[in-house]
Amino acid sequence: MTVFIIRRLLQSAVVVAVMSLLVFVGVNVVGDPVDMLINPEADQAEIERVIRDLGLDRPLHEQYGYFVVNALQGDLGDSFIFGQPALQLIIERMPATFELAIAALLLAVVLGIPLGVLAGLRPDAGWSRTIMAGSILGFSLPSFWVGIMMIMLFAVMLGWLPSTGRGDTVPVLGVEVSFLTRDGLSHLLLPAINLSLFKLSLVIRLARAGTREVIHQDYIKFARAKGLSETRVVLVHLLKNIMIPVVTVLGLEFGGLVAFSVVTESVFAWPGMGKLIIDSLHELDRPVVVAYLMIVVLMFVIINLVVDIVYSILDPRVRLQDTKA
Amino acid sequence: MTVQAEQRPGSGLEAEPRPDDVSVETPFRRFVSDFLESRIATAALAVFAVIAFIALFAPWIAPTDPYDLAQVSVLDSHMPPGSTAFDGRVFVLGTDGAGRDLLSAIFYGLRISLGVGVMSGIIAMAIGSVVGLAAAYFGGRVDTVIMRIVDIQLSFPSILVALVLLAVLGKGVDKILIALITVQWAYYARTVRASALVERSKEYIDAATCLALGHRRILFRHLLPNCLPPLIVVVTVQTAHAIALEATLSFLGIGLPITEPSLGLLIANGFEYMLSMKYWISVYPGVALLITIVSINLVGDQLRDILNPRLQK
Repeated sequence: MTVFIIRRLLQSAVVVAVMSLLVFVGVNVVGDPVDMLINPEADQAEIERVIRDLGLDRPLHEQYGYFVVNALQGDLGDSFIFGQPALQLIIERMPATFELAIAALLLAVVLGIPLGVLAGLRPDAGWSRTIMAGSILGFSLPSFWVGIMMIMLFAVMLGWLPSTGRGDTVPVLGVEVSFLTRDGLSHLLLPAINLSLFKLSLVIRLARAGTREVIHQDYIKFARAKGLSETRVVLVHLLKNIMIPVVTVLGLEFGGLVAFSVVTESVFAWPGMGKLIIDSLHELDRPVVVAYLMIVVLMFVIINLVVDIVYSILDPRVRLQDTKA
Repeated sequence: MTVQAEQRPGSGLEAEPRPDDVSVETPFRRFVSDFLESRIATAALAVFAVIAFIALFAPWIAPTDPYDLAQVSVLDSHMPPGSTAFDGRVFVLGTDGAGRDLLSAIFYGLRISLGVGVMSGIIAMAIGSVVGLAAAYFGGRVDTVIMRIVDIQLSFPSILVALVLLAVLGKGVDKILIALITVQWAYYARTVRASALVERSKEYIDAATCLALGHRRILFRHLLPNCLPPLIVVVTVQTAHAIALEATLSFLGIGLPITEPSLGLLIANGFEYMLSMKYWISVYPGVALLITIVSINLVGDQLRDILNPRLQK
């Protein structure tokens, strides 16, 4: 077990190191770091000072050393646009993104599991086919276009819901959230639905496949033979057993939601870190871009590490196979 | 064994029937008749053929050249579908903010979207196949290292990988191609490796090895053709995915430059007019994108059903 964890930790460290190298090479070798890292409005004296500060007059391997040491201290440079540390900017935007991602995840589970179970119980019924056709559409439709269509329908034509921004927020434990105010909730609804569509399709498929498999198991037959009502069989015996794959996949997919929120946030002008990075890319605000990429990659590496370790605890075959390889 | 392996559908694509044995059921013919069994898939294939035709011949069949300034007038901008220009031309799908005929812009956009998607798919397939074959054929350390890289890359969502690369590389057609190829190659490598591992242990590979054929010949002439069926399925799925991803990135303004107006860029252009009810500028390019992706996916679904040996009757 210890060997397994050490191996996985090493692997994660390698991934982060490769990422930092990639970003470093991208900024310092492919492009001109003086252009990218120094505010274009700075004067000559300022440029020279920053070059010395950043160590840009040193050989490349020493520069990479500076970059790593600074990054480890949480210093990824200051934003040109906001004049604040890039890291702080991103951390400020994080709650908005997480709120959106969690809302989307909840929607996917709350709508997806009942729909999937229904489709699995009566696979030949008309509405089951409709649900499955819908889930194929959910996979195929590019989410940015669906977002635009939602804005057109619900915001422009019907005028029911607002199309941009986050609305009123209230602080909960020092973090501003939208979902507790009426206005905030109405702002959250469209982006959350938009972001959840893909995962919703996924949950429907998982729940349907699980239901089709579980429904033929002996314990379901036994529960029915005991004379339990169909509702109880489905809600207790079936639901519990299809939850395992659903929960596993959703745990893994949360990171995906955060990554894909880049698209939804841009469409709905949701002030999270996804919109921040797209804006920063347009405005060539390199420190923010670098900081975002490092943070998100780090987040993924940690999620994957935790999932791997939890898996290996639950399923010894995984770690045995891995220590052999 | 060899004969049996080579008769799997899909691998016999080049086995065209000779005129004198018309009645014999060749693998290719069985493959075609299996495919045509599903009406939806046949219709999807027909739709995709039309789209591919439009994309290939856009400059000749589009009503106007939307990027020829002599043919475009700002006076015609934001015209709703079906309106007539001052010189009598009819804009079937309306015009965009610069007075371009939207139908023509969509035809040209399809050309770019499909071109980028298909080209990235082909290159990614070539790279992924070679890497996957090498992993399966040589095994051991080579296999471990390659598959670890594949696993790590696939643990990141495609949009994040693309975002990292585009942030580092910048904008441009070549950059977006690199990003799309990087996103896709791992899927091909994994698929080819899995089927190559199964094929490698079959007798015809032993026979080829006994004949002292070179590595390259065994890999590409013997192993690769027999790994094709699952690869074909992945090609369809990944191409559809690449087209959607390119559209998304272009919509976000970090994909193709404005000199290459793909469908994603057309949709982005129309987005700003959405709030003033000029819906058609982003709706119709989106519909074109949607039809393309769905038709490719439906064809892929049917291919998966007929090429999957476990589902065969």
